[in-house]
This record gives sequence, C-alpha cells and structure tokens, in this order.
Amino acid sequence: MTTVDELLRLGDDALIAAQRLAEWCARGPEMEEDVALANIALDQLGAARLLLSYAGERAGTGTEDDLAFLRDDREFRNCLLVELPNGDFAVTIGKLLFLSVYQLARYDALVDSADDRLAAIAAKVRKESAYHVDHGSLWTVRLGDGTDESHRRMQSAVDELWPYTHELFEENDLRPTWLSTVEPVLAAATLTRPEDGWAPTGGRAGRHTEHLSYLLAEMQVLHRAHPGARW
Amino acid sequence: MYGSDFEDPETVGQPGASALLDEVESAERDLHEAAARTVATGGSTGPGADAALQDYFDAVIAADQKIEPRDWMPGAYRKGLIRQIAQHAHSEIIGMQPEGNWITRAPSLKRKAILLAKVQDEAGHGLYLYAAAETLGSSRDELVELLITGRQKYSSIFNYPTLNWADVGAIGWLVDGAAIVNQVPLCRCSYGPYARAMIRICKEESFHQRQGFEILYTLARGTAAQRQMAQDAVDRWWYPSLAMFGPPDSDSTHSEQSMAWKIKRFSNDDLRQRFVDMCAQQASVLGLSIPDPDLRWNEERGAWDYRQPDYAELFRVIKGDGPCNRQRLRHRRQAHEDGAWVRDAGSAYAAKQAARRAGKRATEQVAAA
Ligand SMILES: [Fe+2]
Ligand SMILES: [Fe+2]
Repeated sequence: MTTVDELLRLGDDALIAAQRLAEWCARGPEMEEDVALANIALDQLGAARLLLSYAGERAGTGTEDDLAFLRDDREFRNCLLVELPNGDFAVTIGKLLFLSVYQLARYDALVDSADDRLAAIAAKVRKESAYHVDHGSLWTVRLGDGTDESHRRMQSAVDELWPYTHELFEENDLRPTWLSTVEPVLAAATLTRPEDGWAPTGGRAGRHTEHLSYLLAEMQVLHRAHPGARW
Repeated sequence: MYGSDFEDPETVGQPGASALLDEVESAERDLHEAAARTVATGGSTGPGADAALQDYFDAVIAADQKIEPRDWMPGAYRKGLIRQIAQHAHSEIIGMQPEGNWITRAPSLKRKAILLAKVQDEAGHGLYLYAAAETLGSSRDELVELLITGRQKYSSIFNYPTLNWADVGAIGWLVDGAAIVNQVPLCRCSYGPYARAMIRICKEESFHQRQGFEILYTLARGTAAQRQMAQDAVDRWWYPSLAMFGPPDSDSTHSEQSMAWKIKRFSNDDLRQRFVDMCAQQASVLGLSIPDPDLRWNEERGAWDYRQPDYAELFRVIKGDGPCNRQRLRHRRQAHEDGAWVRDAGSAYAAKQAARRAGKRATEQVAAA
C-alpha cells in the first residue's frame, strides 16, 4: 500500500506547480500560450485534487481543501523545484520540462501499483503528463535553437534549475529514465547539459526554500480568513 | 461585442437564463437553414456584373443570409465590423485581468479550477474573435497594436477593480450576464464568421454566468461576512453593468446604419431593459438586493422600472479616467513586451526549420540527379 507521505509528495508537487503556472494567467508571451499554460495548470490542479483527497481520506486529516489551505509550509512535501519562482518564460519552461518528465516516469510506474485507487489516478494523469512533456520539450528546443537571446536565457534557466532535479530521485531510481528523455531534448535545443554537483534538498521533509511560505500566504489567505466557511 | 460601453457618443432559480440559450440555438438552426437557401435576386452563382454587387449585398442582408469573407461588401460595413469585432476581442483579453486577480487566492481548489478554466475560456474567445476580424483583412498583430497604444477601446466594465472574492461571482452573474444579453442578438449578425463565433462564445458565456450566480448563491447562504461580501460586490458592479449597454438611445450615435446592416438588432435601451428584467427576478432568488431604490415592477409596461446608470461616469471611464484604465493597459503592454523575445525565438526557430527542410530537399534532388 502506498504511504500517505507518498501521496502528499505527488499531490503537493502538482498543487504547487499549478499555483505557479496560474500566476502566468494573462501574462503569457502570446495568447495561445496563455491558453496552453492554463491548460497545464488545470491538469496539475486536477491531479492535486485527486491525490490530496485520497491522502486526506487515508490519514483522516480532512478534505482536499483542508490539506491545501490549512497546512503550514513545514507540512508540505513538494520538491523545491516546483516552488521556485516563475522567473522569465525560459525558467518556467525549464521547470515544466524537468518536472513533467519526472511526473510522467512516476505515473508510468504507478499505473501498475497494487494500490488500485492510486493506479487509476496515475492512468488518468499520465496522458496529461505526456502532453506537458511535449509542450516543455517543444519550447525548450524553440528557445534553445531560436535567437541568441533566447538561447542565452534558456541555457541560464537550465543551469539554474539543474541542481534542483536531484531531489526528484531521492526516493526512486528513475533518474536514468529521466535523463534518457531530458538529455536528447537539451541536445536538440543546442544547449549544454550542466555538470552534476550541488544538490539542494529538504522539500520532502518539509524544509523548503524561502519562497514557499509566500506562495502559501497568498494561496491560503482568503480561506483562512473565514474559518469553517463553505465556498 | 462584449458591451456597448466603449463607443464614444434552466437552472436553479435563474429565471430568463435558459430563454437566452434557446435563442442561441435557434440562431444556430436558422444559420444552417439560411446557408442552404439561395438568394432570390442573385441566383445560385452570385453576382455577375460589378454594378450588381451592391444589389447582391442588399439582397443577402434582406434575406437574412450571411455575408462571407470573399463576398463584396461596402467599405464602411467592413471597417465598422473590423472595429467592432476587434474591440470585442480586446474586451475578452483585457477581461482576463480582473478575474485573473483572484485565481491564486481562490478559497477552494474547486473554485480555483472553475475560475482558471473560465479565464482560459476568455483567452479562447479573444482568439476566435481576432481570427474573425482577420477574415476581413486586418491582422491580429495590427489590432493588438491598436489596443496597447490605446487607439482602440475595450469594454469599460473591465476598468473597475475586483476587491473581494464575491466580485468574481458578481462579474459572472452581471458582467457575463450583460455580455450574453448583448451577444445573443449577434448570433444573427449578417457577417457569417462573426455570427458563428458568437454562437460558440454565447454557449460558454452562459456557463460563466451560471457559475457566477452559484458563487453568489453560496455566499449569500454562508456566514455573515460572506453575505456582506456578496452584497458589497453586487452594490459595486450593478451600475457599471447597466452601463455596459452603452449610452441611452437618445444619445447613441451610429446605430441606425448598424441596424440596417443587421449588425446590431436591438437598441441599447431595449437590451438594458431585458437585462434588468432578468436580473430583478434572479436577485430575489439569490437573496441579494439590487442597489436601486426605484426598481419596481411596472404592470402597465410589463417590465421593471429602474434607475439609469450615471452616464457621465461612463464617459469618464471611456475617456480613460476609470479606476483601472491605466493599470489594465500597462499590464497588457507589459505582457506583450516581456513576450517579444519569446515570439522572436519562435519565428527564428521556424525559419531555421524551413531552411533545413529546403536544404534537405535540395540535397536529395542533387543526389537523385
Ligand atoms: Fe468571453
Ligand atoms: Fe465570460
């Protein structure tokens, strides 16, 4: 049986990713991209709701909303990568590519989980993840192989984010699978794959970056101002 | 158009809402039927001599058929439509901002998802409408430029701020509600691509209106603070929503020609009355009050009497002095400028790909020769 902590890791990754993507709303570099980023945010939010509802039921800790709005930052189990600020569009695309390739590998593995409910969630969500991988790859290549400026921005995004990808594989052995997708995308994008080195960690144990607390302050403010209210 | 407020000079207790959707569907049926008929005077092959162009155009309009992109049309018809459709498209895009303001703070995950999907729909509406304007020969880039340089307007309603969560409900109920009342007749507009875009958009707007109604319905039955929030939002959005129908008929400038061309089909005041009648009934179901001491049923007219919005305020907002005009435009301009390097990268990459394909073909031809 899956542990509640594992459900929270998956669910919190999706929730925090959705919250960051939603910040792009009405700010996209083109209108089609506003639609696409909102789509991905909606997929992540949908996955988060399924996973957090299940986690809450399993642990007896309440509804999806109780978990999303009433936990403090030390209780969140998401990886650090998702909580990092959006940065420019290249950083957002880098985060999208790295996260979605990881999520797809995780969900692919979970489809065969002995936990039927989690297996069903994974089966539904993996199709969406596959689309996120396509979208992230497409833009990584366009930006990497676009203009000098976009190349420079995309390379710096990849360099900045790379250290945060190690944390994704602390509890699984999927890094080779992940690399087998990510490395060819970077190559097609004419980008240099960064050296492995510094590997910041702590998200899975509730020790986050300084950014998460601000994200939660915004996300939770209204819900917490009206204890017990229905919306 | 979203509203007419930018031109210078069956659901639980939603009475009236389903009647509007029925009208959208009947417009859609008529559109298909009209497409199957041929115009009486023009014959099935359309106009022959140049002199007959105007006659043919007039006959199509008279027969309630659609003008299509390749048909001849008077210059003023084309120009007026481009402007109207573009301003409608701008309204959809600018309209993402006031509600987008609450996505990251939505009070439940379900409401967050609904709101995000709604704002995404508005982006989609903007895209269809720019595409409809493009069929008349103006590119989206050109039109967006007119928006961000302030040379074309968008619905003035979006120059008001969203101050609490209930504003999201009030916008759905009142602003999307007013937009539907305005847009349902446009499903029968004489220009085919615009009429078809409106049919699709109206169906989605009616979901938005229902979702807004539900938000307010829930708040009105919630805690005292929630109820107060809901009433505050309705108090602030009521008159600006009435103003969405534009100036009173007595002051409205170029609507006669639009009526003759079957672009506009009802006067501003007729549509405003229709909206008031719908809202007056729905407000009592919501249990919220409309901030109009003169609102009462008039048996003789078979309609609600109501107080007019402050048109002087409407004109101030149109001229640029609403609470958020500067902020909305600055936001749009900023997003456009920040995205320039991304759009450039997209075109540079596409050009490289095309060159690579051409190079590959050339090599293959050499190899084959
Ligand atoms: Fe819309
Ligand atoms: Fe809408």
